[in-house]
Amino acid sequence: MSFYGLVDGTDTSLKNYLGSLSGVDQVGADARAAMLATRSIKTTSKRWAIDMAISMVDLTTLEGADTVGKVQALCTKAVRPDPTDLTVPSVGAVCVYNDMVATARKHLDLVGGQHVGVAAVSTAFPSGRASMPVKLRDTRDALDAGASEIDMVIDRGAFLSGHYIDVFNEIVAIKELCGTRAHLKVIFETGELVTYDNVRKASFLAMAAGADFIKTSTGKIAPAATAPVVLVMLEAVRDFYSMTQQRIGVKPAGGIRNTKDAIKQLVLVNETAGPEWLTPSLFRIGASALLNDLLMQRMKMDTGYYASPAYVTID
Amino acid sequence: MSNRIDVKKTYKLFINGVFPRTESGRTYEVKSAKGSFIANPCLASRKDLKDAVVAARAAHHGWNKATAYNKGQILYRLAEMLEGRRAQFVDEIIAVTGATKAKAEKEVSESVDRLVWYAGWSDKISSLSGALNPVAGPYYNFTIPESMGVVAAIAPETPSLLGLIDVIAPIIVSGNTLVVLASSKAPLSAMSFAEVIATSDVPAGVINILTGMKDEIAPWMASHMDIDGFDITGLATKKHAEIRASGAENLKRIFAFKSHDPARILAFMEAKTVWHPIGL
Repeated sequence: MSFYGLVDGTDTSLKNYLGSLSGVDQVGADARAAMLATRSIKTTSKRWAIDMAISMVDLTTLEGADTVGKVQALCTKAVRPDPTDLTVPSVGAVCVYNDMVATARKHLDLVGGQHVGVAAVSTAFPSGRASMPVKLRDTRDALDAGASEIDMVIDRGAFLSGHYIDVFNEIVAIKELCGTRAHLKVIFETGELVTYDNVRKASFLAMAAGADFIKTSTGKIAPAATAPVVLVMLEAVRDFYSMTQQRIGVKPAGGIRNTKDAIKQLVLVNETAGPEWLTPSLFRIGASALLNDLLMQRMKMDTGYYASPAYVTID
Repeated sequence: MSNRIDVKKTYKLFINGVFPRTESGRTYEVKSAKGSFIANPCLASRKDLKDAVVAARAAHHGWNKATAYNKGQILYRLAEMLEGRRAQFVDEIIAVTGATKAKAEKEVSESVDRLVWYAGWSDKISSLSGALNPVAGPYYNFTIPESMGVVAAIAPETPSLLGLIDVIAPIIVSGNTLVVLASSKAPLSAMSFAEVIATSDVPAGVINILTGMKDEIAPWMASHMDIDGFDITGLATKKHAEIRASGAENLKRIFAFKSHDPARILAFMEAKTVWHPIGL
């Protein structure tokens, strides 16, 4: 593995690489994110943004109470979010636990959703507390069941103790397993990383180790995808592109519940990483409740009336 | 002679149990009967209405599930809190309408009494209007009234406090949640009443109060797909037909009332009929 020529796989080279990163100006990042959040997106731009956001949603159900029926309903909704309006695009992917991957893939194919991916959360999601053989087995399971995207969690304990090489090696091993079969998204759980410096460090570490996407959170912990954290990650992919000519995707997840939040994310993408990232292959939003709000806003724009949740599905 | 600087109240909206400013940033002037400036309340926009409806919808499940006894207690608590602050309400009514002290006192007293009156209906309305229906089969057949969901209302211009309470109390006592637009000319008592609500154990989002213009907000209330009923008592009669037509598109139940009456409670309730087999 070449790791883009940035590191050679040794602890020393990784420490040098991460040590060369400049720190994040926390006050500046907060202020910049807050300023971008004030942009007002209206009429045709809003319409475009809503459809773009729908196509970027990773429609997620990660509950202990998930059932086959619920996952099937979710898949149907993923393919055709509003059955009464065929102009609504399909979402980017459905995101489920490992044991539901086969169910999801089968049902998506059944309802004409061959173009919708299945993302599996693996490596002992959400805590990441399992031994490496278990994590590998977990991932292989998901791949064999037909997952086209693997959302892995990093070992935050190792990262916070400074054992970066362990985190790096884990990502490398999972990436090797995914090969060309699946995209790899690396989840940092930024709510546990404490500082923006750590978020930046984790981003560069994961990108060098071979991540196709970097993802903020599991959705199980708050705060999750706050605007400044997403900003720091978008700056990281932008800088990584200028270093390697390689575009890495970003996936905020957790806490993005309404259209306004989603559009704020799109503004961040456009103004930070650039318009090249405004595509579902480079930007995804992990969410469950968000899709209904996007659909309701779309109805409002079509009919001129405020919509009711009674006209969209519950899950 | 005091050296203190006036501490004036900022009149804001009441949405989801808190007091936000209007998202539009607009205000309008409220003047006394003699034409002098009193306050700048918020001029609410349709987006404030949208936010209030989201809050009301979220609050409905819990409020509807509260026992009739509990809802009655909370309405009675509103009366207690209003009684304790009557001087402030009397002053506000006098300042805005120019009413005599005696007349203002009477309005506040009637408002308190009206809350107590509606509180009493809480655990009686379903027994009195429900029924055990005779059916030709081995079933018990009950009909019970239930709350509708989210109701919007336009409070009458006058009397600004009593009129508001006559709109609020019958709608919420059955378990509905409410978004009400206060009197445009005299919104001060409404916003002070929001402070009474905030200290009376009314769950957040059950009563939401906006201040602003009827002609701007009423059409959005009528066309909103997530509002189930609409009390247009405070709307000029010549506007009723237009509002009813626009509400008909989404099957909204729209009523205007002349006095306080248990019919006001039943207007925003729906009948549920249950068939229960005998012998099981």
